[in-house]
Amino acid sequence: MLPLEGITVLEFAQFMAGPSAGLKMADLGARVIKIERPGSGEAGRKIALKNIYIDESSMVFHTANRNKQSYAADLKDPNDLEKVKKLIAKADVMTHNFRPGVMEKIGLDYEDVKKINPRIIYGVVSGYSAVGPWATKPGQDLLIQSLSGFVNLTGNESDGPTASGLATSDIFTGVHLVQGILASLIKRSKTGVGSKIEVSLLESTLDIQFEVLTTYLNDGNKLPQRAKKGSAHAYLDAPYGIYKTKDSHIAIALTPLNELAKAIGLNLPDEYKNKDTWFGKRNEIMQLISPVLEKETTAHWLGIFEPLDFRCSDVFTYEQLFKTEGFKAIDMMQEVETTDGITMKTTRCPIRIDGKKIFNRKSAPKAGENNALIEKEFNL
Amino acid sequence: MENKPLEGILVIDFSQYLSAPSASLRLADLGARVIKIEKPQTGDNCRSLYFSNLVMNGESSMFHAINRNKQSYCADLKVEDDRKKVYKLIEKADVVMHNFRPGVVEKLGIDFDTVKSINPGIVYAELSGYGKEGVWKNKPGLDLLLQSISGLTQLNGNDGAGPVPIGLAVVDILSGAHLAQGILSCLYRKVTTGKGGRVEVSMLESALEYQFESVTCFHRDGGKPTVRPKSNSAHAYLGAPYGVYPTKNGHLALAMGSIPVLGDLLGCPALKNYETPQSWFDKRDEIKDILANHLQTKNTADWLAVLEPADFWCAEVMNWKTLFDKEAFKILNMIQEVSMSDGYKFKTTRCPIQVNSGWLTSEIGTPKLGEHTAVIQKEFSL
Repeated sequence: MLPLEGITVLEFAQFMAGPSAGLKMADLGARVIKIERPGSGEAGRKIALKNIYIDESSMVFHTANRNKQSYAADLKDPNDLEKVKKLIAKADVMTHNFRPGVMEKIGLDYEDVKKINPRIIYGVVSGYSAVGPWATKPGQDLLIQSLSGFVNLTGNESDGPTASGLATSDIFTGVHLVQGILASLIKRSKTGVGSKIEVSLLESTLDIQFEVLTTYLNDGNKLPQRAKKGSAHAYLDAPYGIYKTKDSHIAIALTPLNELAKAIGLNLPDEYKNKDTWFGKRNEIMQLISPVLEKETTAHWLGIFEPLDFRCSDVFTYEQLFKTEGFKAIDMMQEVETTDGITMKTTRCPIRIDGKKIFNRKSAPKAGENNALIEKEFNL
Repeated sequence: MENKPLEGILVIDFSQYLSAPSASLRLADLGARVIKIEKPQTGDNCRSLYFSNLVMNGESSMFHAINRNKQSYCADLKVEDDRKKVYKLIEKADVVMHNFRPGVVEKLGIDFDTVKSINPGIVYAELSGYGKEGVWKNKPGLDLLLQSISGLTQLNGNDGAGPVPIGLAVVDILSGAHLAQGILSCLYRKVTTGKGGRVEVSMLESALEYQFESVTCFHRDGGKPTVRPKSNSAHAYLGAPYGVYPTKNGHLALAMGSIPVLGDLLGCPALKNYETPQSWFDKRDEIKDILANHLQTKNTADWLAVLEPADFWCAEVMNWKTLFDKEAFKILNMIQEVSMSDGYKFKTTRCPIQVNSGWLTSEIGTPKLGEHTAVIQKEFSL
């Protein structure tokens, strides 16, 4: 039995943050019903990577919305709204990411919904929280990475601000939403009463910087300084970084510099023998190591470093990774299928429960695909 | 203030460093009581893992950030008497968690079967680098290595830049967050059915799920290599204008949007030649060149003044100093001050989750190694 079996989630949320939360709850056993506008469905159906579509919806949509059902309803139509309210009365959780004011107008803000179903957990995703001068600004992943300081941590010193090339803010916000919702479900089992959970892209993106922010807040507000070359972390000592080798690259994490120097046959100058210099002089030190590592292949160095238990590894592309035995062993991929029989390969849930991996073949629904079923089941 | 959602939940945490300890921090934020079990003398190795040589009250800033609002109990699990006491503690716990390499918990006597025999209703959670099966199971699970091996370093930065890792321990933090999700889902099942559970997360699986869009794209697209834009890259699989651009006095981020519309708004007629969304992807390098040259002619604020009223997705690139001065940031009260038992105070971020319109904060700082051993022994009659 999956842990969330029996839980029904109504997902009014669109795009990535909210739907990624719904996906995780679905994988953990909940039944997730997307509430979508009739016809076009949620706006995320039209957000595509490389313009790739699976059916009338993009591949990205199918990635974030597999294993869900869809109920189409026009929330501005009183008849549809009545039906949705009946659904809400039976649900455990609902989520949305409308801008402040929208749900109030429809009559589905937390105060309204609580009257229909006092046990519900009501989850809201916003860009910058519901208050303050930015409350109605559009909250989008790259924009939040850019204004939260996150882009100043990645890349080398002379690079401009460098974003992470994936929806980091969305994904963490979705993860935090799930945490809040599940904690509230636990509380509800004792009190019988639901809760409102709010997360924002901005707060979540600041949260993932909690270690470096704590450092900044207590070191006299020194802004992050990236290394000149091979930078992998603005706050860590040499040799932490990625280095070129004769045929590829090698990643070296927390490894004592003196031991590394010995292993690569580098005569470490006296001035760098003291550990205290490994941060302040990291550019000079990395410049000393680089040419040595570049003389041999990655496999050569790993052959020396791994027996010494140095923290190091290959640097792979997807193509290289997917061919390795290490990747095959974790069985990370699954095939999903739409009701039209279109299949797609995607990742599975990363959490194993009771010793089992969680797979589910169901791809994303079409907008309104499950209306008849849901109307009958819930007597709408 | 009302009770936090996890009040009454007891977590026994054997984990070290960042990954799993970031999960127990979140459980603590949500109201659980977290007891770190630490080895005598050194404790959690993270205590001495320094960021830019910053020492805060004798320990690393990183350790303080991760371990506030927790208690510390010292025990040497290789010593019979210590182990027995820990077992008594486990009897009372709701959650036991660890992030040792495979094989270690068996030696320490805190493997799943042993813990379950002591407390059948336990939620047992473990975090590994690469899973417990396969050829990589004994490899060291450090964030940079997982970023490097999982393909993540190929997604950031410009084409030709080589692998670019994300400059914080994103895989540690995400796998910890997944661990917390798994724990919470099993705790829900436990409080509703009485059944315990086992949760396993690996950094490798978390790193791959993090990339679910681009991994799915790679497969759907017939295995074509990941190609980042030549300049102003912010996503390998998205077309122009998606990226970060220098302006006369700073930087501007532009998310998805129509190129001809952007051309109109910015007064850049050259952009009007790109009419179809397909061309925004196929010709992104030349479009980005045109944009980059044009955006350098004015200040960030000038561009925002045009783009924001038109609802075009854009933002000023800020550093922490500029952000922290904004009213919109101040109103969030995102920074909290916590105190240690010796009176040492420090500033850190708070939990990002709001419950019933209230922030989850706590003034409790980081525990000294073994600070709560005596209190806990007394309380639990160990």
